[in-house]
Amino acid sequence: MQSQMKSLAKKMRSSRELSLFLVLAILCVAVQLRNNSFLTSKTINDMLKNYSTTITLSLGMMSVLLIGGIDISVASSLAFSGMCASLMMRDGIYSSTLVMFLVSVGIGLLCGMLVGTVITQGKVLPIIATLGLTNIFRGATYIVSGSRWVSAYQFQSAFKQFAQTNTLSFGLINNLVFITIVCYIAFFVIMKWTRFGRRIYAVGSNPEAAAVSGININAIKFTVYSMAGAFAGLTGAMYTALYASAQSDMGMGMEMDVIAACVIGGVSLNGGQGSVGGVLLGALTMAVIGKALPLIGVSQFWQTAIKGLIILTAIIINVVTQRMMRKNALKEREI
Amino acid sequence: MTTQVKRNIVIEKEKSLKSLFLRWETLLVILFIVVNIMNASISKNYLNAANLFTAISTFLVKGFIAFPMAYILVLGDIDLSVGSTVALSATMLGVSYNAGLPMGVAVVIALLCGTLCGLINGIILTKFTELASMIVTLGTMTLYRGIAEMILGSQSTGGLQNVTWFYNLYYARIGVVPVIFIVFCVLAIAFGFVLHKTTFGRYLYAIGNSRVVAHYSGIPVQTIRLICFTLVGLVCGISAIYYASWMGTVRFDIATGYELEAISMVVLGGISTAGGKGNFPGTVISIFTIGLLKYGLGLINVNSQTILMIIGAILIIVVTIPNIRVQRSATRLSKTPAKSC
Repeated sequence: MQSQMKSLAKKMRSSRELSLFLVLAILCVAVQLRNNSFLTSKTINDMLKNYSTTITLSLGMMSVLLIGGIDISVASSLAFSGMCASLMMRDGIYSSTLVMFLVSVGIGLLCGMLVGTVITQGKVLPIIATLGLTNIFRGATYIVSGSRWVSAYQFQSAFKQFAQTNTLSFGLINNLVFITIVCYIAFFVIMKWTRFGRRIYAVGSNPEAAAVSGININAIKFTVYSMAGAFAGLTGAMYTALYASAQSDMGMGMEMDVIAACVIGGVSLNGGQGSVGGVLLGALTMAVIGKALPLIGVSQFWQTAIKGLIILTAIIINVVTQRMMRKNALKEREI
Repeated sequence: MTTQVKRNIVIEKEKSLKSLFLRWETLLVILFIVVNIMNASISKNYLNAANLFTAISTFLVKGFIAFPMAYILVLGDIDLSVGSTVALSATMLGVSYNAGLPMGVAVVIALLCGTLCGLINGIILTKFTELASMIVTLGTMTLYRGIAEMILGSQSTGGLQNVTWFYNLYYARIGVVPVIFIVFCVLAIAFGFVLHKTTFGRYLYAIGNSRVVAHYSGIPVQTIRLICFTLVGLVCGISAIYYASWMGTVRFDIATGYELEAISMVVLGGISTAGGKGNFPGTVISIFTIGLLKYGLGLINVNSQTILMIIGAILIIVVTIPNIRVQRSATRLSKTPAKSC
């Protein structure tokens, strides 16, 4: 019995996902004790639907963080692609929801390719390049839209219904949640079992070694930034579908939420470390916090501070556990 | 041995003369002159000293923050929490004044609050050296803004300009020169002197180039980082006081985006975010370049979003040009591809 406990404790210390899962579970139970409307299927469905954008966008950010870069322009490319696709739908260039999503992904992909080109060809540091491009994309959004909204009545009714119905999964779950799940499964497979995924980890953990072993670093970087852009485009379409309106300032500050989700999920900002499962748990933690605070009666004005405190606590606990893990590993070697 | 060293130095000088026109500072000065010519041709009143100083004062409020931010970037760190620190300090100032404290005490409280914010950043970063400054200050950015929001809610705290001397902090002028401009110049010289002429400044470059090497050469790396982050907080406090004096009222959502503007100013000034590179005069020039460019674009009714776009584009272009040149000369010299960044 004791040895079983010991091995469980050891497993917990060594598996980040497991400990994060426990934290998430404790969080959920604590919220449930304060307000028993939390763990109902309706609340959870609403939560997943409303946060499907953040959860999906975390994947793009994760891949960028894995190669040791950072992309703070995702929220602006989200707004730009979502806005462009909505404008074209308003002007009647197409009416199908699928085409709208594809156009949005395409525009996001172009934004991401621009980011990738500046970083790989211009040799600009990722944070500076994306800082500049954030301004450019956001400004472009205001210009193409003329600072006006695309409101609900200007969308096709099929598109407005899309975020509220379950057609894609034949009635099982909400469409947006379904898209998120498909993205996570695809990404998990790519990261775990394809050459491309393993190369991303290789570039992130040691660029020189990766270059020497014949990996084209610039090509990988370019692909990863383009991919992050494509995710931003997809999220842009989801965002407009969710709120049935497109505004120039949509997704403002979302890049911070997404980075926080990745970091809580154990993705290292130095690159090479992090898993899809961890990111999912990190993003879910952010979603639970966002949904639960109003439910347990925390004033709306306190929420920002609490969110900041939680991000700080999460990253500090992360470091402390890593230190403990390293100490334990050394101890075992001594014996 | 000595001749060899001398020859190397001569070669380096020739090279730097040759590339003078592609040097960062030269580009920056050209940009600065172009902006001024453009502004002067747009408006006849632009070169009127009183008008010009009014325009300059508005961006000096956030220009202060670029000084310690330059130190932080030279260290190879980054501080995203400056905007929130300004907001929190200004909030504390307004709230304590309206709670009946004398204005002098309120000003001290704002300075202390800013310093404390910076100190907290510094303590977390030096206690947990594994953490990247980017993510820690991202967290404190949310936290400080959140505390300001907790204190003020959706209200604002005003009436600050009723105190004459406080009003004069921003608006007083000696002749045509605003006092804030003089304070700015004094601080600029002080910060520049410390960075370029003192041991402390050389330590900053050493740490920025390689933290490990600096540590093994006996430089107190973590103490210096702590000092720099605290300094950022203090200057944010100063900026908050000027903001309050300028506007007279404070809300929790003031000074959003200051962090990006301060970083843009420093990076455009030639200081690399990778650390250990760049000099201080570049930063001062770029504060004025960005500020006057914004003012000039405002004169011809360009909306603020387009201005943001133009500044973003300039930032990227200015950073890219020297990189392309380095890449070319590197391939020409050694026929090996330049190392990726």
